[in-house]
Amino acid sequence: MMSRFSFFRSLLGLATAALLLPACQSATNKQTAARLPYLGEPEVAAPGDTVYPRIPSFTLLNQDSVTVTPATLAGKVYVADFFFTTCPSICPKMSSEMLRVYEKYKNDPRVSFVSHTIDPEHDTLPVLRDYAQRLGVQNAQQWHFVTAPRDTIYNLARKYMAAVQRDKTAPGGAVHNGAFALVDPQGHVRGLYDGINPQEVDRLLKDLPVLLDEVAPTKATAAK
Amino acid sequence: MALRPTSALLRSAVLLAAAALALPSCFTDRQNEGQKLYANHCASCHGDQGQGLRRLIPPVAGADYLTKYRDDLPCLIRRGQQGPIIVNGVHYNQVMPGHEDLTDSQITNLLNYVQSAWGNKGEKYTIREVSELLDRCQGSDGQ
Repeated sequence: MMSRFSFFRSLLGLATAALLLPACQSATNKQTAARLPYLGEPEVAAPGDTVYPRIPSFTLLNQDSVTVTPATLAGKVYVADFFFTTCPSICPKMSSEMLRVYEKYKNDPRVSFVSHTIDPEHDTLPVLRDYAQRLGVQNAQQWHFVTAPRDTIYNLARKYMAAVQRDKTAPGGAVHNGAFALVDPQGHVRGLYDGINPQEVDRLLKDLPVLLDEVAPTKATAAK
Repeated sequence: MALRPTSALLRSAVLLAAAALALPSCFTDRQNEGQKLYANHCASCHGDQGQGLRRLIPPVAGADYLTKYRDDLPCLIRRGQQGPIIVNGVHYNQVMPGHEDLTDSQITNLLNYVQSAWGNKGEKYTIREVSELLDRCQGSDGQ
């Protein structure tokens, strides 16, 4: 009698749990979907005090011969990538995918783009300017094609978690993986995407509004 | 009488098995070689649909260049391309790498694919013709 009762009770417990679980799950899903993760190896300064890596300060020069520093991008969300103009393999694909994101956010002052050349010896400012204009980017208001000494660029690439390596045997003297990094106004990398894979870039297009909303929340009801 | 359906079934099963064995030898990798070569060597710049990229990389779909400079194309693929060119009235200036790794017959298949894909209606090449055209840039490997 007793065992039968406890059996029923546990059955009831299970049923209740089964009813509750989906509600629980969707609630947590919603929470994670509304906020992008912080990427990179965190430093734990003290228990409960975790510091995620940030892009260090930089000084770059863009295709309009204007200096680009973190101040240029203040308050903005930006997408960064690493390329070179004579790259015969993945760069055109990257450029056309980046173009897709650019066109969606064209003239949106909240979003910028920074494409770093990893072949600064060849990609001088006029070369970068010509490349940008041929892509249909008339000026550097929103999309910066930037250069700096090679070491500066390669160190930055590591911070953006883009795999870039010198390789004397490869055309252009470097190999790279075509990653796009989504960066928040505090310089945290909040998303990484394979820039030659359209599905990955679709994911970036989904994440961008999430980050924008985090930076400047829109009134949820007013938006729709 | 009862055996007949079974034997018919068996016979067709044997036939199917034989067909399955014979099929791979019919469809070698050479089938659609041009399309595969395009996907591996050309598509990342010239696009999946031959559309090119803005004013950066010229299209190969619907490009007047393919008929205007038909005889130059084998060497263009073998040796690559540098300096300004005009395609459909648009000026381009990018470096295209050469392809020393392709055989004459692979270049033929690739060109024939490009000349006939995406609505292109260019004149096709024979391997012999491509080898002769490749002699202009000492680019024929005779294969």
